Amino acid sequence: MLTIKDLYVSVEGTEILKGINLEVKPGEIHAIMGPNGSGKSTLANVIAGKEEYEVTHGSITYMGEDLLEQSPEDRAKAGLFLSFQYPVEIPGVPMVNFLKTAVNEHRKHRGEKELTAGEFLKFMREKMEMVDLHAQLTNRSVNEGFSGGEKKKNEIFQMALLEPKLAILDETDSGLDIDALKTVAHGVNALRTPENATIVVTHYQRLLDYIIPDYVHVLYQGKIVKSAGKELALQLEEKGYDWIKQENGN
Amino acid sequence: MSVLVEKADLSLKYTAHYNEVKESLREDSADVLNVPRNKAFQDFVMQGIPTRKNENYKYTNLQPQFYPEYRFIHRREPAKVDLNAVGRCDVPQLDTHLAYIFNGWYYENNKQVGQLPKGVILESLEKMAYEKPELLAKYGTLANTGDDPLVALNTAFAKDGYFLYVPKNTVVEKPIQLINFLQANQDAFVTQRNFIYVEEGVDVKIISCDHTLNLNKYLNNSVTEVFVGANANFEYYTLQNQHNQTTSLNSVFIHQERDSRATTLYSSLHGGLIRNNLKFILDGENAEANLYGMAFIDRKQHVDNFTQVIHAKPHCQSNQVYKNVLDDDSTGAFAGRIHVVRDAQKTNAFQRNNNLLLTDKATMQTKPQLIIDADDVKCSHGATVGQIDEEALFYLRSRGIEESKARLMMMNAFAHEVIQRISVEPLRDRIDELVDKRLKGEVARCHECAYNCEC
Repeated sequence: MLTIKDLYVSVEGTEILKGINLEVKPGEIHAIMGPNGSGKSTLANVIAGKEEYEVTHGSITYMGEDLLEQSPEDRAKAGLFLSFQYPVEIPGVPMVNFLKTAVNEHRKHRGEKELTAGEFLKFMREKMEMVDLHAQLTNRSVNEGFSGGEKKKNEIFQMALLEPKLAILDETDSGLDIDALKTVAHGVNALRTPENATIVVTHYQRLLDYIIPDYVHVLYQGKIVKSAGKELALQLEEKGYDWIKQENGN
Repeated sequence: MSVLVEKADLSLKYTAHYNEVKESLREDSADVLNVPRNKAFQDFVMQGIPTRKNENYKYTNLQPQFYPEYRFIHRREPAKVDLNAVGRCDVPQLDTHLAYIFNGWYYENNKQVGQLPKGVILESLEKMAYEKPELLAKYGTLANTGDDPLVALNTAFAKDGYFLYVPKNTVVEKPIQLINFLQANQDAFVTQRNFIYVEEGVDVKIISCDHTLNLNKYLNNSVTEVFVGANANFEYYTLQNQHNQTTSLNSVFIHQERDSRATTLYSSLHGGLIRNNLKFILDGENAEANLYGMAFIDRKQHVDNFTQVIHAKPHCQSNQVYKNVLDDDSTGAFAGRIHVVRDAQKTNAFQRNNNLLLTDKATMQTKPQLIIDADDVKCSHGATVGQIDEEALFYLRSRGIEESKARLMMMNAFAHEVIQRISVEPLRDRIDELVDKRLKGEVARCHECAYNCEC
């Protein structure tokens, strides 16, 4: 589904990713862990298509196509979804308009009829229950005045509406209390199918108690320095990241 | 040197014209209008057509706008078409008391005013100056000819415009809508003078729409004086939608008594050069002034909003929110002056101006100015000039929304903060739609104009 080969990425002249290799197949959950500043968010954003990141070497293939050639919106319509570490507040853009536009762009892309306002509201209500998002929030502007937890739930809510093939959760767990964390994890698990895949980017092991990964990768200084099964996450929880740093000469 | 000569020539041109017409200007005008004329013209000559050296006109060069050979419309001229048919406003469900103003003159054939509440007068200023001079006792007291050359020139030439009087405790349920049409057979100089007198406890909303009906060059120099009585609510919404050869100079003065609320909202959708002078005087305790504005300009258009809020009494508050979206080579300016006079304690004054530049060539000048002579006041101001928030744009695009659509959503969102202040719901919806069309680059007209000009 997703193949990353020898990926090098720079931001404003500073090399952040230094030769990433990753293969994600349908149905899999991959966790990418690592200390702060290791390049986790950069990787997530490059896959989503953020423009200020410069790919200097390597390739990303998604569903058999060159992903780096595609605009962020085309990637989204091809089933890629990024749950933002810091969801952006957009004053003046009503949630409902935003969500309806996004859903209908996806439907148009799939050759389906666009939903009317009434149809969309019904569809939206069903999905809202899944993430326990307060109905009043959809009357606001996008993310405006949302608490940290509400913002993260809103990301998963959007994921539920757009039904992506590959979801990347960038630090979706950080800053959440345990109830919100469970709700988010429940939403992610409920959306799992044998066809779709998830990449969980996280600093903490805690989320992985609720979303069980098939693979855990440790990203350090722009490289994946360790890959293993879910037991690696527990090891990291126990020992911290220092032993990784030591193994890699720091 | 040549500039000086031109400048002198320009003033001479207007002086010569005034001397030529000053006798005929007095004909058919009551004393109320005639008495101030000569002094006003002297004040104009003293000040001249403003140059950029005039601090208040630093960002708007008016000189070129006064060069063309305009025809002055000093006499009432019949409209060539029935405006009642042309100007059918297509704001759906907008049920208003509707009157037309034609080239600055109150249209003699207004048929859509409808039944106004008892005692309310909506009429021609020229006519009321004869019939009800007592209601015009304060004419010219706000629009001081010594302070501004445009006001001076308007006062010298003033013949007509609309007059509105709303007696004590009257609630005018339906908004009063004034559609200002410009249509002449050649380039024209239009002078419009309006007078609004709202007594204690009144509630009234006004919608003023400015339109051009053909492609000639126009210069419209209008002055409106508004007196808002104690505990009254006055709302004034302006929709400026004229073609790019138009110079629209608007000076509005609002005097507020205690416990009153006055709100102005300017939507500038189209126009060559627009200058909105707006002066509020909060002259009673617990008065509230709200000044909102938004402009969407492109090509070589220019919009300049110049506001002054005088906090003359304690416990008053003022809010200003102005937003501009500038495309192509367009230029804009905002200057907002807040003056808190001595003893106007517990003043609460707020001002913000946000601007969105869509190209590298568009420019915006923004200048807040606070003059505070009291010591217990709360004043804040802020201004931003920037591009579309790229983070937000990426967020929208990452959900599958095309870049162009995402940009449009962001621009609409930017304007939304001002649009939502419109209390008349059908008007709010209509302006929302017009702004959306304007931002999409579709010509947005607010009436079914019979003249399908490409302006």
